[in-house]
Amino acid sequence: MSEFVGADFFELDHLFSDEERAIRDSARDWVDRELIDSRLIEEHHRAGTFPKQLAKQLGEMGYLGVTIPEEYGCAGLNYTGYGLIMQELERGDSGLRSFCSVQSSLCMFPIYTFGTEEQKRRYLPKMAAGEVIGCFGLSEPDHGSDPSGMETKATPDGDGWILNGTKRWITNGSIADIAIVWARTPDGIRGFIVPTDSPGFSAPLIPGKFSLRASVTSELIMEDVKLGPEALLPETTGLKSALMCLSSARFGIAWGVVGSMMAVFDEALRYLQSRTQFDKPLASFQLMQRKLVHMHTELTKAQLVSYHLGRLKDAGKAKHYHISFGKRNNCWAAREVAKLGRELLGANGVCDEYQVMRHLMNIESVYTYEGTHEIHTLVLGEHLTGFPAYRG
Amino acid sequence: MRIFVCVKAVPDTAARIKVDKDGSHIDPSGVKFVLGPYDARAVAKAISLKEAAGDGAEVIAVSAGGTKGERDAKKRLKDALALGADRGILIPDDGCENRDPLEVAKALAAAIKAEGEFSLVLLGRTAVDDQAMSVGPMLGALLGAPCVTDAVGLEIAGGKATVTRAAEGRQQTVELTLPAVVSGQRDLAEEKYPKLKEILKAGKKPIADFAYAWTDGGYTVTALEPPPEPVAGKIVGEGPDAVPELFNLLQNEAKKLSF
Ligand SMILES: Cc1cc2nc3c(=O)[nH]c(=O)nc-3n(C[C@H](O)[C@H](O)[C@H](O)COP(=O)(O)OP(=O)(O)OC[C@H]3O[C@@H](n4cnc5c(N)ncnc54)[C@H](O)[C@@H]3O)c2cc1C
Repeated sequence: MSEFVGADFFELDHLFSDEERAIRDSARDWVDRELIDSRLIEEHHRAGTFPKQLAKQLGEMGYLGVTIPEEYGCAGLNYTGYGLIMQELERGDSGLRSFCSVQSSLCMFPIYTFGTEEQKRRYLPKMAAGEVIGCFGLSEPDHGSDPSGMETKATPDGDGWILNGTKRWITNGSIADIAIVWARTPDGIRGFIVPTDSPGFSAPLIPGKFSLRASVTSELIMEDVKLGPEALLPETTGLKSALMCLSSARFGIAWGVVGSMMAVFDEALRYLQSRTQFDKPLASFQLMQRKLVHMHTELTKAQLVSYHLGRLKDAGKAKHYHISFGKRNNCWAAREVAKLGRELLGANGVCDEYQVMRHLMNIESVYTYEGTHEIHTLVLGEHLTGFPAYRG
Repeated sequence: MRIFVCVKAVPDTAARIKVDKDGSHIDPSGVKFVLGPYDARAVAKAISLKEAAGDGAEVIAVSAGGTKGERDAKKRLKDALALGADRGILIPDDGCENRDPLEVAKALAAAIKAEGEFSLVLLGRTAVDDQAMSVGPMLGALLGAPCVTDAVGLEIAGGKATVTRAAEGRQQTVELTLPAVVSGQRDLAEEKYPKLKEILKAGKKPIADFAYAWTDGGYTVTALEPPPEPVAGKIVGEGPDAVPELFNLLQNEAKKLSF
């Protein structure tokens, strides 16, 4: 067992139910043993590969699609519980958390929300078990922050569809069995379940990432991919359906990055307490304490935000702008904390024997995907003023 | 088959323990309590025995312990239920911290006897807080059942338990006629993580109270102190040249070697 004990300055712990705490503690032990103590994450981060064997283990632990009801092989957990699991997974690595966010919020959630009963029965139990892996294709090479301009097209063909287009930056793309692809149709933007072994579909890996190295990021190339009528998610109605999935994933990210901050802060504090320079522990220097206090303050504030967001969501009161607040603030804070944590470890901070730099590099993606910091600023700006400013 | 597993709420081994003002209790504030790590392995073993036995087998977790705050035995029983035990029995004891181990064994024996038949009682080899290591053997005596400690392997067949024990410098195999009491080492079973669905299910499994009239017994903890500071090490030389001096010190100063 690692010595990691979490961070709980404001005694939030007793606000969680016994069940929520048990879920968190179990996830914490699992991440310690399977990912950190085993050094599995280091190995895959170096190699730039996703530890695919974890997919089934995550399924066994019950961490995929946790909020979906039991009848589809899931746990029917509340959102705070989902958040706590994301927090613990991201304490291990943002890539692992990304895998789960995509599988749960971006693939299982749309099938559950917009799919037919048959689609739900066909996919959800296997996805919950980690036997079928999903990916979510919204972004395109030329359409990132503004997906409304997407070029991918689904053309009606008999009772089915023909799909053409390219998606880019797609997490899990090259390891996925199915892709949830968003495409333009005569009735606006709609979502499709695309089996990745369909003729005309390919998913080459995007090489050379400095960030989220233990997560697979790919391009999806679709050339005259023929789909049957059963591929359409019938309840999707425009881009807002895709944005609903993102909302659920962003909620998990707001929680997840708290885990990244906990890992960095814990490592930095231990390091400063044990390392001596100028005949004194580094922790005893004022300049060091200032950085630590800043990190700790941002971590603690982010915890309060995610806790409150969780309760709000469980009460059915979380609006998209609340979630933008959580994603924006917490990712910013995590970036700040990771940057300072790296500094505090000196040369050791650039080496993968320690975690700080891995978290620092990971956060760059987390800060960017699911709506960049600027995009969430604009969401909140619009909420405050009534003026949408996305187009300047 | 009916297997009882006795479990205890203990401070997390990573927790920093402080002694309370009274000088004989730990200060529980900020200390996280967990299911005893050896107990958790005993639960894991009980579950795998139950699974191997098939239908009708039952695993019952029993805990004597506090009911308040973090030192809440019910929460730790829930942990055992989340690992797969079927139901729990709580013997409330808010004076549990320095309780006479014989009293604890008597209470556990009473709760188990009240349930009628049993095939096996499993426990961890020790509770990692007071390290008394005595409840298992005393429970065996009180239940009139054969008992072995420090099991690293356990199989059940034909009304017998075959237990492998880690003894000093050797491994011993012992056969016990059921019902029996076995305390286990870490290696008795692999660590299990409570799975999400099992944690949620555990919330619905029953935990019954069993009242026991606690007495002080003949046992009082009079003082609790942090362990002595470790003595600084000493380097006596390098390579083979250092061996004679090392022998000398081990034999005459540390008195750890005798011939
Ligand atoms: C590792 C990784 C995994 C990803 N996984 C997925 C996935 O699984 N599925 C998926 O669909 N997408 C995924 N993405 C894509 C991600 O969502 C996009 O990268 C993101 O939406 C930003 O789009 P872009 O990269 O095209 O940047 P752009 O939109 O081109 O933005 C470039 C810069 O301009 C800023 N900007 C843009 N518009 C404005 C504006 N109006 N005002 C001010 N500033 C603005 C942005 O904030 C950014 O700083 C992933 C990305 C990464 C890095």
